[in-house]
Formats: sequence, C-alpha cells, structure tokens
Amino acid sequence: MSETRRLSARDAVRRADEASNRATRQSLRPDLARIASWIDTNSRVLDLGCGDGTLLAHLRDKKSVDGAGVEFDDARVISAVRRGVRVVQQNLEEGLALFDDQQFDSVVLSQTLQAMHHTEHILREMARVARYGIVSFPNFGYWPHGFSILRGRMPVTGEMPYQWYDTPNIHLCTLRDFEALASKLGLRITDLATFNGGKEVKFLAGWRSTLAVYRFESPMAKP
Amino acid sequence: MVPLHTSSETDASAAFAPAQPKADPRGAVPPGSVGLVSPSFIAFDEPLRLSSGQVLPRYELAVETYGTLNAQRNNAVLICHALNASHHVAGMSADNPKDVGWWDNMVGPGKAVDTDRFFVIGVNNIGSCFGSTGPASVNPDTGKPWGAAFPMLTVKDWVLAQVRLADHFGIEKFAAVMGGSLGGMQALGWAITCPQRIGHCIVIASTPRLSAQNIGFNEVARRAIISDPDFHGGDYYAHGTVPAKGLSVARMIGHITYLSDDDMAAKFGRTQRSPAQNGEYHYGYDVEFEVESYLRYQGEKFSTYFDANTYLLITRALDYFDPSRNHGGDLAKALEVATAEFLLVSFSTDWRFPPSRSREIVQALLKNQTPVTYAEIDAPHGHDAFLLEDPRYHAVVQGYYDRIAAQLGLPERQSVNGVLA
Repeated sequence: MSETRRLSARDAVRRADEASNRATRQSLRPDLARIASWIDTNSRVLDLGCGDGTLLAHLRDKKSVDGAGVEFDDARVISAVRRGVRVVQQNLEEGLALFDDQQFDSVVLSQTLQAMHHTEHILREMARVARYGIVSFPNFGYWPHGFSILRGRMPVTGEMPYQWYDTPNIHLCTLRDFEALASKLGLRITDLATFNGGKEVKFLAGWRSTLAVYRFESPMAKP
Repeated sequence: MVPLHTSSETDASAAFAPAQPKADPRGAVPPGSVGLVSPSFIAFDEPLRLSSGQVLPRYELAVETYGTLNAQRNNAVLICHALNASHHVAGMSADNPKDVGWWDNMVGPGKAVDTDRFFVIGVNNIGSCFGSTGPASVNPDTGKPWGAAFPMLTVKDWVLAQVRLADHFGIEKFAAVMGGSLGGMQALGWAITCPQRIGHCIVIASTPRLSAQNIGFNEVARRAIISDPDFHGGDYYAHGTVPAKGLSVARMIGHITYLSDDDMAAKFGRTQRSPAQNGEYHYGYDVEFEVESYLRYQGEKFSTYFDANTYLLITRALDYFDPSRNHGGDLAKALEVATAEFLLVSFSTDWRFPPSRSREIVQALLKNQTPVTYAEIDAPHGHDAFLLEDPRYHAVVQGYYDRIAAQLGLPERQSVNGVLA
C-alpha cells in the first residue's frame, strides 16, 4: 500500500472513531426527528446517504423499523457498521439498481439532493423503490440569499457554508422550484416541514427557512 | 506432506503488506497472537455421500481452534480457507514458530475476530494436502494413496463435512461462518445448506459463481498439470514422481490472477532481471524480466509443498460452485432459504472476483429482504487484498463482529490488537 493510501485508510478509521464518540452524546437533529415522525412503526426504510447511521439506528430502536442504508464514504460506512446499521457501500450517482421496485415503505434522502448530478434520476429511483420519499435540502429562497445576490455576491450561509467555487451544492432550488419538479415527475407531496437554525419555521417559510423537508408519495404506490 | 503455509494467497502480497507480526525466533508471542498452536485430527467414520454420487467411506479433518467455547456454545466462528491455505489460520505452529497462520492479521486476542470472546475453528477441507483426508492419503480399501481415485468434490461436500465437525464440538449454531474467495463460497454454502446453523455469513472477495474467464484460467492450470509427463493420470505417487513442472505453471497462472495490474506494474514493471551489457536484452527464453523470475520462483516453491491432485480438485470445485443452478439461474431464489445475516466485502482492484460479483449477491439478498451489510474497499492489491492489512477493511469486520458479540450477549472487547491497534 502506498503511504498516502495507507494514511487515507487510517484517516477513515480515525474519522469513524470520532463519529462514534460524538454519536453517544448527540440527540437527533430536529429535521431528522421530523423525518422520523413521518415513518411508521415496523415499516421498511431505505436511507440514502445514511451517514453514520444515526437516523436508521433511531428508527430501529424507537420504531422497530427494518432499515437499510446506502453510503459511499468509508468512515461513515464503518460508523454505521459499528452501530449495527445495515449499510451498502455505493455511490448514489450510480442509481439504485441494487434495489427492487417498491421494496421499501419509505426512502429518505437527507441533505444530499442538492449535491447530486442526476437530480431527476434519483427522485425517479426513489419513487421506484418506495411508496413514500422524503427529501431535505437547503432552501435557496431564504431571503438573505436574495440580499446577498443583490449585493453582487453568491450567498454563504449556515446550511450552505461554501464559496461558489468549492461548493458540492450544484443543484440548488427554492421550495417552489422543488414543488414544480415533483409535479413534473408525478410525485404527490404529502407533507412539508421547514427549519431555520434547528427551529421549525411555519410563517412565510419560503423566505424564512434555510432547510426544507418534503415527503411525497410515489406514482407507483398502490392505493 | 509438510504443511509449509504461506501467509497469504500469494507470497507477493507479503512483500507489499506491512510486516506481518513475525514470530520471534525464541518463541515469544507477539501481542494479538494466539500463540503457539498445534492441529488436531478428527476422524469421521460415517461415510460421506458426495454431490457426484460417490461416497467417501471415512475421512479425517485437520483442525486448529483458538479461544474458548462458552457454556452456551454460541460463540463459535468457523473460518473456511481458499485454494491453497489450511486449518492453520492464526498463531504460530508449535513445531515451527516461523509458520504464522494465513489470516493471523484477522484472528487473535483483540483482533477483528477477537479470540478473547469468540471460539474460532480453522478447518482444513477434505481433498487438501495439509492434513485432512485427500488424494495423497492412503485409501483404506487398497492400502495405497488415493491418487486419481479420490472422489471429485464440491463446495457443498466441504460444507457437509464441516457440519459433522460442528456436531463433534456440540455447536448447534455458529455465531458466524466466514471466508474469503473460495472460503466465502463455503460460508454461502452454509447459509444455504444449513440455514439454521449459522447466525452470520461473512463472505469476502468472493462470487456467486465463476465466470467463463475464471473457469478458463482454471482449465489452463489443470491442463498444465495433467499434460506433465510426471502426472501419470494422477497416480504419480506410485511412480515416485511429482508433476512439479505442471503444478508450478498452474501456480504461476493463478498467481497472476491474484494481483492487480497496478500491483505488478509497481512491483516489477519491465525491470530486467540481470541485463546483458549496457542494459541489453539476452535475446532468448531464459528469464529476462523480474516478473518472470518472480513467477518461476513462486511456482517452483509451490510445487514443492502442494499436491497436484489437490490443485485439480479444488479448482474444479470452484468451477462447479453455482448455488443458483438448481433455481434456473436465480440467485435470489437459491438464497431464499437463508436466515443468517450477511456481511460482504469486496475490493476495487480485484479482477478475479470483482465488486460486481459481490454486488450480485447483495442484490439477491436485498431482494429477499435478508439483512445485509456490504463494504467495497478501494484497495490496490487485487484479489489478494482480502488477506492484507487495510485498516478500513479490518474496521468493518471488527465493527461487525463487535455487533455479533453484542447480539449474543458476549463480553465487551477488552483490547484492540493487530491492524487497528
């Protein structure tokens, strides 16, 4: 093994160790708690980009959910394995060919949609593998973003802390943008929750929220 | 035959890998080693009916064990070996402490497969040449070595022979059955053949069936052996010969398939062995390049301790393995009976059994809604990576075993040794 490769392998394990230590101290983020509230007890859940398995471990322990995760990052895969979360290591951009049609009750894509190249494809795939899809993403319509653009600069805020040249967020949208795409793909939106700084936002959410969480029903869902 | 085990599927890997915990010449035990070990030989007198329809009247299995079987007998792990390994999985052979087990980096106190909590069995399969009954053993009917008369074997036959070993130890259900490559096929075989007797199935760098290319390589290896004039139709023991030339060519071919192209480029490139003056070629068929010298050396060494009939048998068992065969090629159907939870690991540069083959198994398990975890390790060492010391790989296996321990109510891990120390 080359030295750099070995170091990066070591680094993945170190990051997994840190995540495991953090996990024991943390409670569920408010957006994840809301996602969890939309998921039925004893249901089957696929979590895309499941990270260290926080959500799936919570659903398993609190709702007896039969879950599976997809994650690409080595350190996060290790963390998820340590939590006893079933994880499949795979790049989401390759699609969900490993999973059968309507194999799950719910599929979750948390704060990843905006970083994916094939936005429409992953949404279609989500609708294929599960009855309900849940996606969360940073709301580009958050009013300070507009203010920033009026001042001539790309916005850099809490949910999107990146400069334009190094951001992984390549497909940013507003709430209405997402709703238009959902409609085009035949996804029936059933729920929406919006957050700002970890607190739920209900009034003028399109402007005031930094994070949107949608739940939709697949057109393939049987009545 | 004297078991001179290599510490990995190829010796090349040893050159790439971080140093194995080499046994101290004075016999001191390095941390994380199970220490000095000796095999036991367990005889089974009940005839074993084989997939081919033939019957093995009796057989003996060479076995090593590490750790302690607990009172509930629920902490047992069976480790299945690949083509050229044996029951000597971990620790140092008592009669030759330099002979370190082939998966010593994985198995030991505080290692990924933690022998402080698990009772680990390393078993040598029938047909082998390292102590269990094989073609070089004496056929009780004739008083002579079995040779060509030794029955053909399949992965399922090995599993059935191992089941009796579980009975011998009074193990109703293994916490896990684990193996890499051909060993992974045996783990899969357990999950299908005796679903109730295995809690977790751990399949590393393996495949649900060989491809035409895989079979092709095996066939070239077999032809090399069979066409060696010293082979004598498999009864070379009687002629006092060994088809060493053919076996060594077979090993050279196999060896290439264990390494990645990058690996060979990095280790040998086009470096010349001992160039003529001014770096010139010799213009002949003697060793010109380093890679030739290396492969010839590995082949010749292998032919001094491995039995040619065993090589034939094992490569054929690899060819025959295909659990989907009786289910119209539908692997998910074949795996439907499995009740175990699964861990699969593959390696990005393994072109012998590449990640896509492991993904076929993962897909079938997902389809069946069978619990499965799958890690795809981006490692440079080809098929051999499963024997090497990649920290991510070991962290996944260790994390998985720690969960098995928690599930079974075994004690918590007391130490971390080996790759992750």
